Amino acid sequence: MSKILDRIPSLPVADSVESLMDWLTGNLSGLFSFLQNGGKNAMDFITDMLIAIPPVVFILVIALIAFIATSKKFGLVIFSIIGLLFIYNQGLWEELMNTITLVIFSSIIAIIIGIPLGILMSKSTVAENIIKPILDFMQTMPGFVYLIPAVAFFGIGVVPGVFASVIFALPPTVRFTNLGIRQVPRELVEAADSYGSTGWQKLIKVELPLAKSTIMAGINQTVLLSLSMVVIASMIGAPGLGREVLSALQRAQVGNGFVAGLSLVIFAIIVDRLTQSLNKKK
Amino acid sequence: MEKIKVEHVTKVFGKHINSALKLVEQKKSKTEILKQTGATIGVYDASFSVNEGEIFVIMGLSGSGKSTLVRLLNHLIEPTSGSIYIDGENISQMNKQQLRTIRREKMSMVFQNFGLFPQRTVLANTEYGLEVRGIPKEERTKKAEAALENAGLLPYKDQFPSQLSGGMQQRVGLARALANDPDILLMDEAFSALDPLIRKDMQDELLDLQQKVRKTIIFITHDLNEALRIGDRIALMKDGKIIQIGTGEDILTNPANDYVRTFLEDVDRSKVLTVENAMIRPMSVNVEIDGPKVALKRMREEKVSVLLAVDKNREFKGYITADDALEAARLGEKNVMRILRTDMSTVPPDMLIQDVLGIISESSIPLAVVKESKLVGVLIKGVVIQSLASDGEEVTGNE
Repeated sequence: MSKILDRIPSLPVADSVESLMDWLTGNLSGLFSFLQNGGKNAMDFITDMLIAIPPVVFILVIALIAFIATSKKFGLVIFSIIGLLFIYNQGLWEELMNTITLVIFSSIIAIIIGIPLGILMSKSTVAENIIKPILDFMQTMPGFVYLIPAVAFFGIGVVPGVFASVIFALPPTVRFTNLGIRQVPRELVEAADSYGSTGWQKLIKVELPLAKSTIMAGINQTVLLSLSMVVIASMIGAPGLGREVLSALQRAQVGNGFVAGLSLVIFAIIVDRLTQSLNKKK
Repeated sequence: MEKIKVEHVTKVFGKHINSALKLVEQKKSKTEILKQTGATIGVYDASFSVNEGEIFVIMGLSGSGKSTLVRLLNHLIEPTSGSIYIDGENISQMNKQQLRTIRREKMSMVFQNFGLFPQRTVLANTEYGLEVRGIPKEERTKKAEAALENAGLLPYKDQFPSQLSGGMQQRVGLARALANDPDILLMDEAFSALDPLIRKDMQDELLDLQQKVRKTIIFITHDLNEALRIGDRIALMKDGKIIQIGTGEDILTNPANDYVRTFLEDVDRSKVLTVENAMIRPMSVNVEIDGPKVALKRMREEKVSVLLAVDKNREFKGYITADDALEAARLGEKNVMRILRTDMSTVPPDMLIQDVLGIISESSIPLAVVKESKLVGVLIKGVVIQSLASDGEEVTGNE
């Protein structure tokens, strides 16, 4: 039995993917290098701006945002101040700023792509049937695998890091947008239709406002996923806290690894609570 | 004048539509067709016309296709076959743009669960129809405020729907429909989610309104009482088919078949003549909190001489009279416990009016309607006799 199976020649899947990649890098190299240069300049600019802000001012601004966003409760405010002071104290401030830039860029790109895709999915069952398996694929494929095409397209650095993060972090926004719009009560959709709304009016005036909290939950997930890609993206040279974790790993420095990891956790908690409280507010 | 004309309209949901239609012609039942083909008959071969200014009630039990039928009229659901004419124009042949114009200008819909947008204020909800038509902000606010004013809801215009009671929400729903100034109102079980007392008020309001504005109203209900009360003509549906169309009198005196007859008998026995249908909202005092002065003030406001007494769980305790309260107030008493009288008879809400007659005719005071020891309403002699008089006609008409 096993002999019969052995007689089937191995399918050249890996080779096909490789030659597709070769074709893409060969023919679209102009586009990729434009994105690489433009993206790198934009992100360096943002990082430099963030670093130029005096840390004290930065910490106070975050604390103020936390104060407003959590409707005047002090838990998150105190946590933010102590946490950020700790990161500064450990000499990881610049790395934190790099990480913030990476997270902001990949989240925004994921949201810009994800929400329209989610809307498309909610409006067309055909689109849903096509996009859903792709999202499943994107989420189950190990994050490391995205590093390979990222490097092939963009070389190493922060731009391929963003590319890999976007692919990894995109699915929740798409899924939750689709879910949120499909969950709008039937009677309200009928009400919108019965008063003669166009499809666009129905979307803007009824469906998106009602799906808002679900979409925000998806965005929260996307931000956290892109943050979790920070360490992995550092393997292809993306700067930030992830790089500290990686270098501690390579040199077996338990202490440094713990400090860098803890800094990431602190930042993740602040980001998570902030995006969640934006959702709760009316 | 004919406003709406429906000709041989059929709607089948699901696949295998043609084989399902063949089975209908063979007089197979709805469940049988579903089992054999997987298709559901929504509406089968419905034909009727509605005159301008008429209240046309479509009545049937749940699953009879009445909600589907009303959605066919504004094409929220597209018919499988047949034609629908509004003012002589065939809307089944219209493109999206023309259909939108009809929906915006000619017909508005009121929904069972109100269909109000939760993130919009009462005013913004009322403006919705005008907003999608592209009417400038100032003008639409003016029109929407006028519609709310008519419904007595203007003070609530900045509240959100969730802050209002069910009855008020449906008044907003109605105001939203009227703000558009449509010729036709489609009301899909509009009052069915409201409790019986409010429902009656709303029916009265609708009739008053109809006196003034003369719209063409298509009203869907499963409640025969409601249908008889407000309908100029009634269409009775079963399993997607219209069984009989006529005035309430026609249907009661000449039921088209056994189904209609059993439907009417069933309704007469269980619904038409119960205490719940004749009771009114109770005027009450809380014996644990309110003193004689509060009681007197309330009697003055409500123009009654007897108040029912409840505790804080709304459990029925008795009643107090104006004379007693006046004396208690003069003596400076702080609560009404001493003057509480307990000789009032109580009846359950599902008791038949006929059985109550003996009790109420001998009693000089009203009867308390009590369900699970909670006060739910009050029966007053005058109202009972009045309800009996109108319902009596229906009963004799039926026999």
